[in-house]
Amino acid sequence: MSNTPVLAVNNIEAVYGGAILALRGVSLTVNKGEVVSLLGANGAGKTTTLKACSRLLGAERGEVTKGVIELNGEDISKLNAFDIVKQGVVQVLEGRHIFSHLNVEENLLTGSFIKNMSRAEVRRSLDYVYELFPRIKSRIKTPGGLCSGGEQQMIAVGRALMAKPSLILLDEPSMGLAPQFIEQIFEIVKRLNEEEGVSFLVSEQNAMVALRYATVGYVIENGRVVKRGSSKELLESTDVAEMYLGGGKDVSFDEVKYYHRRQPSFV
Amino acid sequence: MYYRETGQIVRSYVKDRSMVPLREDRWIMAVFLAFMFLVVPFIGNDYWFSAILIPMMVLSIASLGLNIASGYTGQLSLGSAGFMSFGAFTAYNFLLRVEWMNIWLAFLAAGIVAGLMGIVFGLPSLRIKGFYLLVSTLCAQFFHEWLFNAYPWFLNYASSGVVHLPYFHYRFLPFQDQIFDMLGLAKEYNAYVWRYLITLIVTVLLALAAKNMVRSSTGRNWMAVRDMDIAAKVIGIPVGKTKLNAFFVSCFYCGVAGAMYSYCYIGNLDFMIYDLRRSFLVMFMIILGGLGSILGSFLGAIFVYGWPIFVTRFGDAVFGGGYLDTAFVENNSKIVVGTIIVVLLIYQPLGFAGLWNSVKHRLRIWPFRT
Amino acid sequence: MEILASLVTAFADLFSLFGLEVFVGGMLSGIMYSLVAIGFVLVYKSSGVFNFAQGTMLLFAALTFVSLTERQVNFWVAFAITCVVMVIIGLIIERTVMRPLANQDLLSLFMATVGVNYFLEGLAQGTWDSAVHGVELGIPTDPVFVSEVIPWLDILVSKFDGFAAAVALGMVVGLYLFFQYTRTGLSLRAVSDDHMASQAVGIPLAKIWAIVWAVTGIICFIAGLIWADRLSVSFTLTWAVLKGLPVILIGGLTSIPGCLVGGLIIGASEKIGEIFFADVFGGQGIEHWWAYLTALVFILIRPTGIFGERDIERI
Repeated sequence: MSNTPVLAVNNIEAVYGGAILALRGVSLTVNKGEVVSLLGANGAGKTTTLKACSRLLGAERGEVTKGVIELNGEDISKLNAFDIVKQGVVQVLEGRHIFSHLNVEENLLTGSFIKNMSRAEVRRSLDYVYELFPRIKSRIKTPGGLCSGGEQQMIAVGRALMAKPSLILLDEPSMGLAPQFIEQIFEIVKRLNEEEGVSFLVSEQNAMVALRYATVGYVIENGRVVKRGSSKELLESTDVAEMYLGGGKDVSFDEVKYYHRRQPSFV
Repeated sequence: MYYRETGQIVRSYVKDRSMVPLREDRWIMAVFLAFMFLVVPFIGNDYWFSAILIPMMVLSIASLGLNIASGYTGQLSLGSAGFMSFGAFTAYNFLLRVEWMNIWLAFLAAGIVAGLMGIVFGLPSLRIKGFYLLVSTLCAQFFHEWLFNAYPWFLNYASSGVVHLPYFHYRFLPFQDQIFDMLGLAKEYNAYVWRYLITLIVTVLLALAAKNMVRSSTGRNWMAVRDMDIAAKVIGIPVGKTKLNAFFVSCFYCGVAGAMYSYCYIGNLDFMIYDLRRSFLVMFMIILGGLGSILGSFLGAIFVYGWPIFVTRFGDAVFGGGYLDTAFVENNSKIVVGTIIVVLLIYQPLGFAGLWNSVKHRLRIWPFRT
Repeated sequence: MEILASLVTAFADLFSLFGLEVFVGGMLSGIMYSLVAIGFVLVYKSSGVFNFAQGTMLLFAALTFVSLTERQVNFWVAFAITCVVMVIIGLIIERTVMRPLANQDLLSLFMATVGVNYFLEGLAQGTWDSAVHGVELGIPTDPVFVSEVIPWLDILVSKFDGFAAAVALGMVVGLYLFFQYTRTGLSLRAVSDDHMASQAVGIPLAKIWAIVWAVTGIICFIAGLIWADRLSVSFTLTWAVLKGLPVILIGGLTSIPGCLVGGLIIGASEKIGEIFFADVFGGQGIEHWWAYLTALVFILIRPTGIFGERDIERI
């Protein structure tokens, strides 16, 4: 049991609106206590992958058409979003999605409903979140919508924590944030991972930061995983460097005969 | 299949921006228009003109109008029948009180006056948005009922509250009376054909105008405001002006439709006809036909107006004449239209127009699949 | 000049004891609109759906109840049956319309309820009939002098209005507490803010909405009963929703107490307009648009109603 991965995605294919093929073969594994990062350009399929794992795809007229996603060894294809959260997997949505008319504390509280916690337990979780993010503590009564982007991201992570998850699917936490904030968010990720043993699957564009904190990384392109490796390997890989880190200027595509990342065009 | 862009290479920007880019589409349009103008007047009968073709076209214009405000600019309106009424009354009073007036100018005046009313009732949109705006257009809806009821001057003091509008009272040809006299024709000669032609001409002109507006910067501004007005403002689109001109154009169409409804379709002027239910019907037309689609406005109008007729005729054909009573037909069409609205919203939010597009797309690559 | 003079007289009349009586009577009759508005706001607040079918649900409930009692069904049995029917209808709407449309934009949801409205209209009249039915609930309708309670206030009000006001107040207080202080209430507010996010934190959307629509069904029934007692049951009942509209817009789409305040304002303004200002405008029957005009004035000053939540928009 101990070596069953928390999350195992096996060769899934996802389609939006019965027409647009967004994923065409994504496999990845998140082991217990790991921070896994998912790298890819816009539209590569990062968000779709995460939503497939949290069963939120249906809400956007999408569905997983092939492949299996297993949570602690169990197939999740029959579950809905609610069950997934119940099992301890919470997604922090891209673009934060704060309840803009609820105040900060109410926002956090919504996260706790899934577990039947006593008042005291809820209080303790709240205090824990405030301790992690002292910044939002001062804004308890402010409507979520009026908080700054960074604060909203903190609320979103805090809200996810209220459900006491074992795995958090973090979708582009760096979107629209200053480097300082990004660093702060990832510090929290690291701390939660070390102190609470929470596993993370983080999708990111900011590969530099993501790989610094993650143990394992996957690179996803045009809906399929094209590379997997430890963070170290990925950081050293020329592909990743040339794609995300601004390096690799010396790679001349004309001269590459067998370019392993190149995919046949489907369109 | 029939539809293929293959081989149709666009070589100039003018061509690229042409309204109907596909050769096949142009052919269909041309044949269809020729048929409507040159063939239908000779083969149609009174029933087809008066009960089917004319009302469908008139309602199409009304739904096109509402589509401009709601579908293209995102301003909810429940007052389209009210604006139709303003148009009808304007046309009537102009024809009644201005000596040299003819039907074309009266329709134009109807559109302009209704459009101005649209601006008045659209003014609140500068400050309020979304569902809160319903209150303004509903106000227009109820205001017209009260206005034309409280001030009988608008109806020329007709005691019954209804004015009959014989078609030969209005002039649609230059020297019409003289020509008819010269040819020895009665004034009512082929009344329904003339009414049909008038409606057809106006419909085609307005549809072309609408198509061109939505392809131009006017239409792009409308859609920008619809999609996110704050963002539109940020990129320099004058949001207030755009909303108001959408209201003007939208109500212009409704006003003309209202005038045609009275003059070309029912031949009466009666404000009771333009009640809230008609506003709703127009709204159903655009929901079913497709929000933000010109073709959709037509398809929606044809369906919503045509369905009860179809059910009645179908019932007559299957069960013998008069088997289905009107209450049944009415309830049936309510249930059917309601269901279709919901089903379409779930599976094809763009309505019939969206359905048509996906069918077209499928046919184009047939026998392959998407 | 003439209009100005009559306006002045109208205003002078307004500040008399008769004016006060009209004002109070109007406010109380406005409560009837609040009853409709409450169901509206409940649905909007919890799902962001502007439920246009409210009026027809009201008609459907009243019609079902009346048709049952006319068939010699015992009052309470009919009451219970109608409650069950309305809950079922609410659940069906939720299951077949709202759930598949979750996460769609607000306009589509609104349009869907317009479709439901049309469907129910046909169904209500197809199942029962479109005749006018009288209802007698035994709510006293005789007027009482307020001076019996407050000596210096020498005006007449109707007991019926008082009853309706009590019902409305009860519902408003109950719902307000529910939304503010219970988990389900908070979840409902979260759902109305952001469907996707509430699913992501594990709020069971389906269950929440089922509750809302079931409760709405019952609220519609209660409002329908009181309206039916006042007006008798016929197709015109569906227009109750149109009277509710300016009320919720004044109060704010998301505010339950706003329903009450909006109702009072619309009721009072309508009566005052009808009695004092109709002549100024040269014709009776201004109450139809007067209510909308009042609402318009209010929301021009406060675009989201008196208690409504401000839109918080970021690009």
